[in-house]
Amino acid sequence: MMGGLALQDFLVVSTSMFFIGIFGFLTRRNLITILMSVELILNSVNINFVAFNYFLHPEAMHGIFFAIFVIAVAAAEAAVAIAIIINIYRRFKSINIENVSEMKY
Amino acid sequence: MEIAASKVIFYIIAAAILFFALLSVTSKRILRAATYLFIVLISTAALYFLLNYQFLGAVQIALYAGGIVVMIIFSILLTSHAGQKFEPVSRLKFFASLLAVLVGWALSLWVILSHPFVASSKEAVEVNMDSIGKALLSYDRNGYVLVFEVISILLLAAMIGAIVISKKQPGDGETNPDNSKTSK
Repeated sequence: MMGGLALQDFLVVSTSMFFIGIFGFLTRRNLITILMSVELILNSVNINFVAFNYFLHPEAMHGIFFAIFVIAVAAAEAAVAIAIIINIYRRFKSINIENVSEMKY
Repeated sequence: MEIAASKVIFYIIAAAILFFALLSVTSKRILRAATYLFIVLISTAALYFLLNYQFLGAVQIALYAGGIVVMIIFSILLTSHAGQKFEPVSRLKFFASLLAVLVGWALSLWVILSHPFVASSKEAVEVNMDSIGKALLSYDRNGYVLVFEVISILLLAAMIGAIVISKKQPGDGETNPDNSKTSK
């Protein structure tokens, strides 16, 4: 296997990245930075898939395909999210989530 | 010596990922946050190259670093001023989020580090363009043609949806920006 590196090393990195993304998701007030936090979360999940594929099932390629499909879904999600954000900006002249509460009441 | 080298490279990449991810969610300027996100995504691609998955690393650079980050930067330039700074979030919310994240992080790390993962000793399959392309379009046991088709429909739907949503509707320009406040 790969010189001394274990699966746990990769899992620790991806877990930390996941929770950094969650922290950004909870504390940010700007829609675009929230979207960036979601990208961080999806990216950490990809590292998990790839590491599991490399260390536990090197004879197959399932983890790689899952990572590729997650990237494709993330691209589609980002496109739709940015379209919605631009539409919100046009309507409210702001993308701060505290100003966008029209549908709340 | 090669054994130690890959470990050192891994730790450098991991440190870069975590450092810039933290900066990306705490930076006060939005354009800098996008730049830090770009560095995180590039470092992730470096991690894939380290594992010898060249195709995945190339996809990561082309789609994430090249596509999504450029799209995010475009939308930042369309919706905010470049030098704009964020107001800090309220203390209660900050510490509540920090507590929730630390508890979740510690719990996950405890589960990961206490579980004995047994590394497979099977011989690694060679991952190259040829094998990936064949598996993507085959319909036997290890084929992914159904997911491939579903993803293609999803991308088409997302494309049409994005165009329809962001299209300017007649009368949109005249809406009063203070509508949200008066309707409360």
